[in-house]
Amino acid sequence: MSERAFNDDTVPRLAQGYRFQWEPAQNCNVLLYPEGMVKLNGGAGEILKLISEKQQTVAEHIAELKVAFDGADLRDDVYRFLDEAYNNDWLRK
Amino acid sequence: MTGSENNNTPDRAQGSIGSSIGKVGDQIRQPLWLLAELTYSCPLQCPYCSNPMDFANVKNELSTEEWIDVFKQARAMGATQLGLSGGEPLTRPDLVELIKAARDLGFYTNLITSGVGMDAAKVAEFKEAGLDHIQVSFQASSEDLNNLIAGTDAFKHKIEMAKAVKANDYPMVLCFVTHRQNIDQVDEILDLCIELEADYVELATTQYYGWAMHNRDQLMPMKEQLVKAEATAHRYQEEQKGKMKIYYVVPDYYEERPKACMNGWGNIFLTITPDGTALPCHAARQLPGMTLPNVKDMSVDEIWNGSDDFNKFRGFDWMTEPCRSCDEKEKDFGGCRCQAFMLTGDAANADPVCSKSPHHHLIEEAIEAGIAEAAKPVIDQKPLVFRNPKNSKQISAK
Repeated sequence: MSERAFNDDTVPRLAQGYRFQWEPAQNCNVLLYPEGMVKLNGGAGEILKLISEKQQTVAEHIAELKVAFDGADLRDDVYRFLDEAYNNDWLRK
Repeated sequence: MTGSENNNTPDRAQGSIGSSIGKVGDQIRQPLWLLAELTYSCPLQCPYCSNPMDFANVKNELSTEEWIDVFKQARAMGATQLGLSGGEPLTRPDLVELIKAARDLGFYTNLITSGVGMDAAKVAEFKEAGLDHIQVSFQASSEDLNNLIAGTDAFKHKIEMAKAVKANDYPMVLCFVTHRQNIDQVDEILDLCIELEADYVELATTQYYGWAMHNRDQLMPMKEQLVKAEATAHRYQEEQKGKMKIYYVVPDYYEERPKACMNGWGNIFLTITPDGTALPCHAARQLPGMTLPNVKDMSVDEIWNGSDDFNKFRGFDWMTEPCRSCDEKEKDFGGCRCQAFMLTGDAANADPVCSKSPHHHLIEEAIEAGIAEAAKPVIDQKPLVFRNPKNSKQISAK
């Protein structure tokens, strides 16, 4: 990936018509959109949960995730996921 | 209900809006997709409608409470997507109440409408009730389309409605059902979409169920029309990149392999018809030997897991050759059961769209019949039979 879709100062938000929610029947977080659904794995679910709840910069999201995950350095993982989500049209800048 | 890929909903693996609710081949067996056909009432008379021919005989629509109970049961079983369809769902006076109840239960709510009867105030009410998505199907018979393009009142109404949809922060999702009579106008259709500032456009070729099957000879597009339409659609796709997303659905009669209909029978898709009959797909009522379980008589769980209808074509044991030993059976499940029945007389046969099917010649003959019909002088051509209660009663009395 030559260029990142987001940088530390951008505020990612869910694309229009997308909704994040916990699905008890699936036992996972999902992203719902017109006539479709994506099941999210653990990490993706945590990141999108934060994005759907808080309007804050990528740097702030990373800091918060770092605390939640016992100080692990998630920076590369977060950016990798954000690129993927952006390319899938789930996120907007 | 259009005659297009609205059966589609989950089996839009062809690359339409939302293909990731169950990938083709997944054995899920959870009713993730609930299609609520709220009513067969409709102000339109589209000759390509996928509603059953005898819809006028269906009485006793479910009440508001009965619908909400169905929503609750399906939601508890894992349903996330709800399609509110018909007929024209806007004719249900309790539509706002149903939307609110469904949204409160956690459904992603999709309204599938012609837009006839919709105005700015209603769109605002739907938004307030929590509606997630509106898909507007354009009638797009060539006459309608000409009127629209010519700037009639209907066109002004569409513009206003489109503005209202946008003003309420919905993406503008338009669906055009194409057929021989309008497919040469794809460029005009797409220009109209640009004018309406559509975000998503689906160009879906008519699929032959219900009324569309009855009118097949008059609706079947020609190969050269399709080639031209596809080229036009691709040109617009390039030009509109990043602005308007265009989905072009290839008609299955011109394919070599069948569609993975419903992502597999009784796998993720549940239709409830206006009177409460539960179906594995909205066209399945016509199949012989169906027990037609009704939500008024038993729970959605009993119907989904226990009924003969929903178990009939699950898995692969029901298959006949060439499907049974085919290495592609997990990809397309042998295609569409209703199409197999309508064309070959046996719902367990391979969908004749498949070139491996011994009945594939029936598809070729249907295309030939369309060509022969189109070649007749206009005065000798069969008129389109329009979907209305009068025609429904006459045809089903035969």
